[in-house]
Parts: sequence; structure tokens; C-alpha cells
Amino acid sequence: MDWAPKLLDMLWAIVLFGAVVAVILGLAALYEKRGGRRVGWWFVAPSLVLVSIGLVYPALRTLWTSFNDASGKKFVGIDNYTAVFTNSDELVVLRNTVLWTLVTPFVATAIGLVYAVLVDKAKGEAVAKAVIFLPMAISLVGASIIWKFMYSYKDPAGGSEKNPTHQIGFLNQVLVWLHLDPVNFLLNSPQNTFWLIVVMIWIQAGFAMTILSASIKAIPDEIVEAARLDGVGAFEMFRFVTLPSIRPAVVVVLTTIAISCLKVFDIVRTMTGGNFNTNVIANEFYSQTFSQDNRGLGAALAVILFILVVPIIVYNVRQLRASEAR
Amino acid sequence: MSGLSTSPDDVAIDGAVPPAAGGKPPSAAAAAKKRLSSPWASLAAVILAIVWTIPTAGLLITSFRPALDINKTGWWTVFTNPDFTLDNYKAVLDSGQTTSLSPYLVNSIVITIPAVLLPILLACLAAYAFAWTDFKGKNVLFVAIFALQVVPIQVTLLPLLKLYVTLDISGTFWAIWLSHTMFGLPLAIFLLHNFMREIPAELIEAARVDGAGHVTIFFRMMLPMLKPAIAAFGIYQFLWVWNDLLVALTFAGPGSATAPMTKFLFDLTGSRGTAWYLLSAGAFVSMVIPVIVFLSLQRYFVRGLLAGSVKG
Amino acid sequence: MTSKTRVRTARYGSFFAATAAIALVVAGCSSSDDDNGGGGSTGGSTAAGDIDCSQFSSYGDLKGKEVTIYAGVVAPEDQPYVDSFKPFEKCTGVKVNYTADKNFEQQVLVQAEAGNAPDLAIVPQPGLLKQLVATGKAVKAPDSVSQNADKWFGADWKKYGTVDGTFYAAPSGASVKSLVWYSPTQFASAGYEVPTTLDDLKALSDKMVADGNKPWCAGINSGEATGWPITDWVEDFVLRLDGPDVYDQWVAGDVKFTDPKIVSAFDGVGAYLKNSDYVNAGIGDVKSIATTTFQDAGLNIDPVNGDGSCWLHRQASFYAANFDKNANIGPDGDVYAFYLPGKTADDHPVLGAGEFVLAFSDRPEVQALQTFWSTDTWANLKAKASSEDTKGGWISANKGLDEANLVGPIDKLSVQILKDPKTVFRFDGSDQMPAAVGSGSFWKQATNWITGQSTQDTVTKIQAAWPKS
Repeated sequence: MDWAPKLLDMLWAIVLFGAVVAVILGLAALYEKRGGRRVGWWFVAPSLVLVSIGLVYPALRTLWTSFNDASGKKFVGIDNYTAVFTNSDELVVLRNTVLWTLVTPFVATAIGLVYAVLVDKAKGEAVAKAVIFLPMAISLVGASIIWKFMYSYKDPAGGSEKNPTHQIGFLNQVLVWLHLDPVNFLLNSPQNTFWLIVVMIWIQAGFAMTILSASIKAIPDEIVEAARLDGVGAFEMFRFVTLPSIRPAVVVVLTTIAISCLKVFDIVRTMTGGNFNTNVIANEFYSQTFSQDNRGLGAALAVILFILVVPIIVYNVRQLRASEAR
Repeated sequence: MSGLSTSPDDVAIDGAVPPAAGGKPPSAAAAAKKRLSSPWASLAAVILAIVWTIPTAGLLITSFRPALDINKTGWWTVFTNPDFTLDNYKAVLDSGQTTSLSPYLVNSIVITIPAVLLPILLACLAAYAFAWTDFKGKNVLFVAIFALQVVPIQVTLLPLLKLYVTLDISGTFWAIWLSHTMFGLPLAIFLLHNFMREIPAELIEAARVDGAGHVTIFFRMMLPMLKPAIAAFGIYQFLWVWNDLLVALTFAGPGSATAPMTKFLFDLTGSRGTAWYLLSAGAFVSMVIPVIVFLSLQRYFVRGLLAGSVKG
Repeated sequence: MTSKTRVRTARYGSFFAATAAIALVVAGCSSSDDDNGGGGSTGGSTAAGDIDCSQFSSYGDLKGKEVTIYAGVVAPEDQPYVDSFKPFEKCTGVKVNYTADKNFEQQVLVQAEAGNAPDLAIVPQPGLLKQLVATGKAVKAPDSVSQNADKWFGADWKKYGTVDGTFYAAPSGASVKSLVWYSPTQFASAGYEVPTTLDDLKALSDKMVADGNKPWCAGINSGEATGWPITDWVEDFVLRLDGPDVYDQWVAGDVKFTDPKIVSAFDGVGAYLKNSDYVNAGIGDVKSIATTTFQDAGLNIDPVNGDGSCWLHRQASFYAANFDKNANIGPDGDVYAFYLPGKTADDHPVLGAGEFVLAFSDRPEVQALQTFWSTDTWANLKAKASSEDTKGGWISANKGLDEANLVGPIDKLSVQILKDPKTVFRFDGSDQMPAAVGSGSFWKQATNWITGQSTQDTVTKIQAAWPKS
């Protein structure tokens, strides 16, 4: 078996890494003792170096590529951007991405928050939370099969006498039980984008619940105690105590989910392949760059993602300022 | 300082267990909770839980159904027409592939542990600096880092791989660990910063007045108090790394020397074909460890770590 | 304090439990692994035993050298490859490392560009071959490979491995795409006959409709590649209605998609796939083609494991692997395929595809394997290994391939079609067109076409994506 050397490798890596951090912190402590004021730099330096190499540099390269042609070598100015904004298919892609980013964060966060409050300290909290958490744990391949068995559509007109049509998608079976016509969920636009968003909500609610639950647990007991002594009811407690206390965490969760929605691509890719008007920027970027050999256009789409994140940044900066002022 | 470290009491440790079980009177929070747990609230929670579970339950049932039935009838028909088999799991665990599952499982573990620990420690440090120290350009840097979350990983693959080839670490675990650390940092710093800000400023100031340096405060106060936040992010990063295929494949290749379990599961269906019966069983096999991790980290999702410290 | 200790022990407790569990899993799997290894290697070693090592002497002394191969062919179809190299490994002492994953097509480009390419890659499309050569990291084939290609493959096949006049990659496997799947037993009981011209095929379809049957089933869903089965249909019809010369000009971009000849080929396909009398047997209406996966689409040809509701299904030879493993496939069985006929019985155009072996290194051991790979010896070894390991499912256009080494009835049929003297072979066009069309607009717009877009809109939009330069 070759697992022992691998595990040793791993331990060695962890020790080595720990040693590096220890040295940096040791130097920082020394620097502080000598009266250095900007000890913060020592703390952020390792992270800064890593994200500069791993993210900033590639992002800048992408920006440059977006002004180049399909091979990524010849400068073409803003042609790629013009191409995106004048092509009706690409505009649908933009519309869908905005739709994803507006709908998913609020719904997923609301569900995660309500659930976190409801099961907080309830009997079997761990199991109850695991149930909502489960979708996050399922690999993408698993999730795409799961939803196949929810959305799958069999035309009632199909089948044969020997073998009449059975729905294998649960939602369509529910429609049949209700004596309604089954629906081809993934084909009919624009509803199909909504059905894809449902999958994302299903996954992200678990993330929202996990973070918000951790945050709810951090509300100091005495605040809750004081409110209780004032005879505050359940909803007032939620509205005036819980929610304000975890407000920053809610902002964080909304932001994080919004950003993952901007980047969403595997759900779309595995379920519709971006067809039937369901395409989103991240998937279009991927197929332009890696399948269709059109790097300039792919890069331009990635840069549009960077731009779409600006409103989210502005919102966060405002929140940050507000909390600094507090 | 000593008061800080001893103050987390039994309530904090017992976590999910109602404090009443510890022989103490119910805490304020639990009492408040009690009012919230009206029958309607419980009903709502149960309904949500059921709705959320139906899709997964469908997959679980599917994974025990004979391959031929899966595409013919819905999984719910097993309630009227039970027909179960373990063949799908047998096929996954002993698939007759050139290599077995075990090296991939080991790889997944070897990849995941450092790829979770590294970003957590680095992000804690950075988040602390952004939250509680002062230096020029701090806010701009913080916003920049959090905005980096939006960079699609795909744009980083080529430049990073070139770098790793130059450093001669492509094809090793080092390339995967470093990459996951880089990609995980922005979210980690962003999340942990938020939790750090929640710690009352008086605590930090008091410690500063006592002459404690930032390094001391970080280790003695922050890390213990941040357990829930670290656990929350840790789970997230764990899942991300555990379910990742792209990063591992690009930087270390598809061989059984480094490739994770996702690669094994992804290849289960062969070059062509959609063998739902294998995929559904495979999905559950790969889920076992994340769920164990989630349940075991639950102990850190406890009320009162911060509250206790304030009292102290 | 006590409570803290409790947490710690509990944590270590679960840590040890987890470690133990892992150890158990590892132990369990490793033993079964050994069993498999033992069983699998028997087939390979017999093959190696038959081989006369003297024919490898020309490769020189290569003991201790290693060659890495990267491909998109994963388990279980990778095993025949591994086995087919065993005689080479045994006689030359070279160790061959075969790795594969399903993301091969994207990965190999990234790896090549970053300077991390494997020694040899099995490239499934001429288009991808061009992109890989464009990275500047690929190495042209040595003379020995070129000579083998001349000797064992047709000039057209060698051309597909050539980029800008330089021969890079010899062909390896092949597949035949101009096939229509049907059920001989069902045909016999209904009194239908296999058609020999396109008109016959149309007449047969109409006869089935008159008998109250829906003749055709189809499915084009394939994740991000959704739409490709239609591109095969269109290519087959361009070949049949307009001839191979127009086909070549069309693939090269000299005849545009908007050309009336191509439009009429689309409409020829539409007469089948967009005809609600003809499709979608056992599945639904025309639109259901878009949401049915190509893997599931033809399974109802089989009256035993499927429901037999579908009569005709046009799909490549590799579709054989999708039928149930107990399905009775054969000329008189429940499932078989016939050649999608040409305009007349004498017209014999064949659409196909194949894979090519591209090198990124010119080390002697790499060139030795490359040379061996392009011989008839290897093709027969591979065919034998596939027959033993996966019940067939692999053929080659290698002229030295002995039909006796093939066990699959569809493999035999495919090789007969390839070897037929009347055959005019053409490689899958979308695999050769620029990626923006061949892996982009052609797929995407064909999908829109099946869900209702007009032919004129479709060809205009496909053509618009053709790179300008």
C-alpha cells in the first residue's frame, strides 16, 4: 500500500506550513515588542502573497485577453464586448445571470435563517440541521441526478400499449396525481431558469443555515434574557433581538451566495448544457474559452462578471462603514 | 486573561443538548426558544425538512433499485412495489476498474486536510488584522480581497499550472494544497472578518491595556472564541475541496497517485453512457465522510462562547 | 475544566474511530484489488506469451524507460489499451503508464500549453489535434510511423492526422456513424425489409406509419454537447444528397451553411426528425428529442429489455455499449444495425470518426511505442484485448486488422462497411470544423432547430459563428 507515504507527506506539509506561520508570527511579535505599529501587515502578508499569485495575476491577464482576438494573441480593442452586447443570445445570458443573482440569495438566506431559528436548541437539532445541510454535501454529479429524478418529463402521448408512460420525475408525478398535465420543466423558457435556480436555493440554504446558526449561537445570553424579562413575544424576539444581532452575518451570507450565483455554471452545464435559453455568463465563458476556442470572448465574459460584482461590493462597503460608525 | 480561558461553561460544551439535561435551570435563550417553538413553528420546520429531503431521499431509494427499473418507473413506486438490491453499491465498491476505490479515497483525505487547515489559519490571521489592527490601505485591501471571490477558477488554471511546472511541483499534492488555499482565502477572510468584528471592542482594548500584543491576543482570545465561525467555514471549505474535481485534475493529473475520489466517481459510467444506478450509489458513497464531518463539527455550534467571555 | 477534557477525549475518540474505519476500508479494498489484478493480467500475459520478441529488436535497448499516455477513454474500456501494450512492455522493457479522465479534451489543451503535456495523447478529433499542434508543443511523427500509416491506413485517414502538410498522428481506433439501429426479430414479425436506398428508407418509414407505428426515436441531450447527434444526421445527409466533394468544401468552410445545398440537407433531416408522424417513438413529440439523452433514446429498439416501441434509431457503432448487457445483438437477434443507405444502392458514403496518437516528445522510447502503435500487430492485439476485456466495442481502420479477432457483431459489421470497396469514407465534419462552429454554434443552433427554429435562421446563426480570419 502506498497510503502511508502520502499521509506522511501530508503531515510533513502541515508541520512545514505551521513552522512558516510560526516564524512569521515570531517575527511579528518581535517587531511589535520593538515598538512597531503596523503589525497588521505581518498578519495579512501570507494571504496577500497567495491571492496575488493565484487570483490577482490571472484576473489581470484575463482583462488583457478580453481585448484580444479568439486566439488571445492579437489586439482587437473592445470588439469582444461589442460582440457580447449586440448578440441576442448573449443578452439572454446576461439577463439570466442577473436573475440568478437577484433571486437566489434572498430566498436561500430567508429559508436558511428561518430554519436556523426554528431548530435552534430544539430536540435533535444536529440531525435537523444535517437534513438541510445534506444538499451541500452531495457532489455535483449527485445533485444533477437527484434533480433529474425531480424534473424528468415523459410525454403522456408517448409509450406503447405494452408499456404505458410512467413519470420518473417526482414533480411531474405530483402533477399527475393532482390530475394536471405533466410539464417539461427544463425545456420551456423562461420558467426553466427558475427551475434551475430552485436547485441552487436547495443547495445554498444549507450554507445560509450553517453560518447564520453559528451567528445566532453567538448572541450573548444576557441580551436574550433582558428581552425575555421584558415579556417580548416570539416574533418580536426574532424581529428586534435576533435579526439585528446577526445582521452583519446576514449581509455576509447574502453576499457570498450572490457571488456564487454569478459564478454558477455546473448546475446549468449538467442540467441543460445552457440550451433552451438557460445559459449564464460563467457557463458561456467556460464553453467559449475551453470548447469553442474563443479566448477573447471568453475573457470578456469573465470581465463582465468582475463588473457585475461591483454593486455587491458597494453594498458591502456601505455596510462596513455603517458598522465602523457604530 | 485567565478568566477568559476558563469561562466557557457547561452550557457551551454540551451544545446541542438542552441545558436542562445538565441539571441546571433552562437558560434564557432556551426559554425564549420555547415560546418560539409553538406548534406552528415546529410544523414549519418539519415541512421544510421534508421538502428539502425529498430529492435526496429519491436518490437514496434509487441507489438501491435494480438498474432496469430506474428508467422505467419512479422511485416512489417502491412503496407499493418494493424491489431492492445492493448490486449498485457492490458495483461501485468493486467496479473492476484498473484501480480500486481505496487509493482515491486516501488521496481525497490527503488532499482535503491541509487544503482546509491552511486557508483557515491564514484567513484567521488576515481577518484579525483587518478587524482589529490599523494599517494604511486596510479597507481598500479588504474590499479587494473579498471582491476576488468572483474570479472564476478557470481563468487561473493556465497561469498557475505554468508556475507549478516551473517550480516542478505540478503533479504533486503541493500544487493542489496551494491552489485550494489560494482559492479559499477570499471567502474565508470575508466570513471570519465578520465574526471577528462581532467580538466586543472592550475585550480587545482591555487586553491591549494589559500590555498584550496582537500575536498574544490572536492566539489566546480570538481562536478560542471563533470556534463556531471556524467550524462553519471549515465545513464549507471541506465540502468544496472534497467535491472538487477540476483543481485536482488540472494540477496533479488523473493518475491514482494523486487524483481524488471525485475522479473515480466521475469515471464510473465509462466513456459513454449514463449509468444512473452507478452514479446514484456513488454519490452516496462520496457523501458519507462529509456528513460525518458535519455531525462531528456540530459540537462547536454552541451558544455562549462569546457570551461567556463577556461575562468573564 | 472537566467538561473541556471531555470534549478533547471525545474528539480524539472520533478521530481514532475515523482512522480505524479508513484503515478497514483500505484493507478491504486492497485485497479485492489484488484479486482483480490477478484475474486481469492473465489475459494480457497470454497475449504477451504469443508474441515473438524479435520483432521488437529494432527499437533498440529501452530498458527502464517510461512512457506516459493520456486519454479520454476510462474504465472499463481502458483495460484493453493497457493489455495491448503488454507485449511491447515485456519485450522492450519500457513501462507504459496509461492515465485517462473524461475531461481529457479540455485538460490536454491546458496541460500542453502549460508545458506539462504527456508523452502521447489519444486525440479523438482532428479539430482538437489542430489546436494541440497550434500550442507548439506537439512533435511530428517520425518516418517509421509515417511509413506504417502509408502501409496500413488509407490516404484519407493519414490526411486526418496531418496538420498544414505535416503528418503528426497515426490513426488508432475508429467508429462508423452511418448506422441505423433496428430489431431483426421485430422486422421479421412485421414483414419489414432493410432498405437499400434513401427512398426505400422513406418508404419504409411511411409504411410503418401506415401500420400505426411511430418509426423513429431520437435524443440529442448530452450535457454541454447537446445537439451533436443532429450534426451527425446533417453530415450524413450532406454526404448523401450533395456528395463527398461538396461535403469536403462545406467542412473546409468554402461552401457555407447558408448554401442551398446545405439547407436542403437540413430539410432532408427535418423530413425525419421534425416530422411528428415519424418521431419520437415511445418518447413523445418532436421537442422531446431535445430533452432525451442520446444514451437513452434508442433503448426501446430492444423488444426484450426495452419495450420495442421504437423501430429505427440512427446512431454510431459505439451505441452498442448502451444496450443491456444481456441484449441479444446480432444479424438475427433482437438488436442490430443496418448501413444508412445512400441515394442509390451503389452510392456508399460512410460517415465515421476515429482517434489519433499525438506525441509531445521525441524520446526514442516514445517513438518506439508510437511506431508499434501504428502497426497491424498492435491493432490486432488491441482488438483481441477488447474482445476479451469488454466483449469488443473497438475497431480500427487498419487494413491489417483481422476480422477473426473481433467478437462484437456490430464491430464485424463496422469493419465490413469500412472495408467495402464501394465505401467513400468521410470523417465527422463537426470534429474538423473550427471549434466555434463544430463544438459551438452547430450543436447549439441544431438544438434550437429541433425545438422550433426555422432552417433559415438556424443556418444563418451557425454561419455567423464561423471565425472570420
